[in-house]
Amino acid sequence: MSDHSSEAHSHGSVKSYLTGFIWSVILTGIPFWMVMTEAFDKGPTYITIILLAIVQIFVHLKYFLHLNFSTDQGKLDAYSFLFALMIIVMVVALSVWIIFASNAMMM
Amino acid sequence: MSILGKLSLDAIPFHEPILIATFSAVALGGLVLAFLLIKYNLLGTLWNNWLTSVDHKRLGVMYIVLALIMLLRGFADAVMMRLQLALSTNGGEGYLPPHHYDQVFTAHGVIMIIFMAMPFMIGLMNIVLPLQIGARDVAFPFLNNLSFWLTAGGAILVNISLFVGEFAKTGWVAYPPLAGLQFSPDVGVDYYIWALQISGIGTTLTAVNFLATVFKMRAPGMKLMDMPIFTWTCTWANILIAASFPILTVTLALLTLDRYLDFHFFTNDGGGNSMMYINLFWAWGHPEVYILVLPAFGIFSEVVSTFTGKRLFGHKSMIWASGAISILGFIVWLHHFFTMGSSANVNAFFGMATMVIAVPTGVKLFNWLFTMYRGRLRVTVPVLWTLGFMVTFTIGGMTGVLLAVPGADYVLHNSLFLIAHFHNTIIGGAVFGYLAGFVFWFPKVMGFTLNEKLGKTAFWCWLIGFFLAFMPLYVLGFLGMTRRLNHTDNPDWNIWLYIALVGAFVIMAGIISQLLQLYVSFRDRKDNMDTTGDPWNAHTLEWATSSPPQSYNFAVIPTVSDIDAFTDMKEKGEAYVRKDSYAPIHMPKNTASGMLVSGCVTVMGFALIWHIWWLAALGLFGSFVFLVIRAYTKDVDYYVQPDEVARTENAYLDSVAKG
Repeated sequence: MSDHSSEAHSHGSVKSYLTGFIWSVILTGIPFWMVMTEAFDKGPTYITIILLAIVQIFVHLKYFLHLNFSTDQGKLDAYSFLFALMIIVMVVALSVWIIFASNAMMM
Repeated sequence: MSILGKLSLDAIPFHEPILIATFSAVALGGLVLAFLLIKYNLLGTLWNNWLTSVDHKRLGVMYIVLALIMLLRGFADAVMMRLQLALSTNGGEGYLPPHHYDQVFTAHGVIMIIFMAMPFMIGLMNIVLPLQIGARDVAFPFLNNLSFWLTAGGAILVNISLFVGEFAKTGWVAYPPLAGLQFSPDVGVDYYIWALQISGIGTTLTAVNFLATVFKMRAPGMKLMDMPIFTWTCTWANILIAASFPILTVTLALLTLDRYLDFHFFTNDGGGNSMMYINLFWAWGHPEVYILVLPAFGIFSEVVSTFTGKRLFGHKSMIWASGAISILGFIVWLHHFFTMGSSANVNAFFGMATMVIAVPTGVKLFNWLFTMYRGRLRVTVPVLWTLGFMVTFTIGGMTGVLLAVPGADYVLHNSLFLIAHFHNTIIGGAVFGYLAGFVFWFPKVMGFTLNEKLGKTAFWCWLIGFFLAFMPLYVLGFLGMTRRLNHTDNPDWNIWLYIALVGAFVIMAGIISQLLQLYVSFRDRKDNMDTTGDPWNAHTLEWATSSPPQSYNFAVIPTVSDIDAFTDMKEKGEAYVRKDSYAPIHMPKNTASGMLVSGCVTVMGFALIWHIWWLAALGLFGSFVFLVIRAYTKDVDYYVQPDEVARTENAYLDSVAKG
């Protein structure tokens, strides 16, 4: 009760936010450029968009949500995030499988 | 539509003698209670020390009182069902018409899971968990009080349904399309929805509160892996609550939209899919049973290691086994509806995942056995419950693995074999655990131990009664009897239904022994005082306080260097140390806000059930206003002054010294 002592909470610095911002701009700019100029075929364009989107997710997690495996708080947040992700993937993916399979049985 | 929506005098069941008699008895009991409270001038105490309390120990006691009251109600339902089935077998009609009987079995399920087992588990967690980690309260004491009152609000709605209108006739799972508007146009399902919704939100808030507590408020030196096993199993249960109760909330919200605003999530017309309800319900429902049983496993672990006087064998493997059960518990829910007709691959996957859970559970069982091995087991009442559990639960586990085989499940689904199985695990696992915990921690909370002889009588009645009541149900399942039947005419079933009825009465004798035990122990409390705060020579920090514990729990927050922190302190001679001076202790003030907010929410629920829209709006608005008022209240805490701490501590240490 008495001590609500917060461990030194890292909310990032201007530098880390700028780094994250620049990375995000680059990772968004490349797909945008690919689509606008139609420099590549559709197939490679799609694949690049998806790959860069996944990379960008990690950029956001690291620079904006401050998930990491070095500080205590970052570790706790990162593990909570991974656990939630696992539960969501399990429940949603398995539900989709269950309902689609039972749908198929009724065709 | 009148100003009272669908509510009129027709909603009161004047023509049902059973209900009128019950209502009279409840009203009379209430009046007697009110009279006694006024006569002994206890209303002020009740209000100041209990109803408005934010103290986790007092909230825990109120949770358990709620659980015991609801146990009596749920058990009355159970006896009524067994009596009906025994009277109506072999072509008889029995005494409960289907309309009433269907409400009874629905209420029995909802009450026993949501309003008996959950409050019992949360009550024990409330009392013990902050003490075990050396904290002075939970992270958010007001929220804890609000959670309790939300749970109580749901329980009140269920009980109102007995006398105003009716309860759901759908079974405790309330599957659509039966629970939809077309087939259940009356208020029963609405009572179900709002009772579960309101109490479910309370439960979710509790989990968040206790997770914050264990992550942020452990005593210095206590690493996560050093937390006592009961705290750990509760933590896993809280993780499961935080992850699974939102699924229930959303599912019920979708069903609400179906029933109130003509949506079609779960109805065929309009393109809905009722199978999605079944799927989502069990995506919550299966983790729910682990939420119930994991803390019970924790209690057994504490009991075994305390009464053998040994360390728990495999503390770390216990934690990881609980974790494995928690995560696996999230990928087995389809075994509740193998027969829905998903593909063979889906059924095989969920069947195997289910069987795998037997492995970490087995790890736990062996850990308890190895803890006892070469120990000196003191056969006290909590130990009896534990031994009874180990035998009973193993049987339930094995029938569970049998049911996990999809092929076998196609034969046994919805038969009494299933009923026998889940009562076998929930009573033999969770309830035995809570009852063990009740006896184990009773002296800590109340300051005196419970009568041993009556405790043993209660245990044996429960155990024998359980086997008499539920083993015949396995047989009946094999004989082809399905669940939720109102009357039957198969002469082969007669004898087994009669034996099951006898079993219910033996369990009733057990419950009566427990009530008697409470009375006798209270009467003789002067002879059974717990003066040391450590009546069992136990291992963990809750025993390092007086019984009942000081309101601030610990005058000085202990520094921990061992899993069995209190044993370690006793060995090093650091226990019961008198300090020269104490620092002021920062504590939260009591508040009526939790009651007011939850009261308004409950009124809103009642109004929504009866379509009294203006009252629903008023209830919602009221809860919002009271919440805002609370949020802007600055006067929420106070300091216990050093001289008062010194007085309390010296009184405790003097009583320890006297022994």
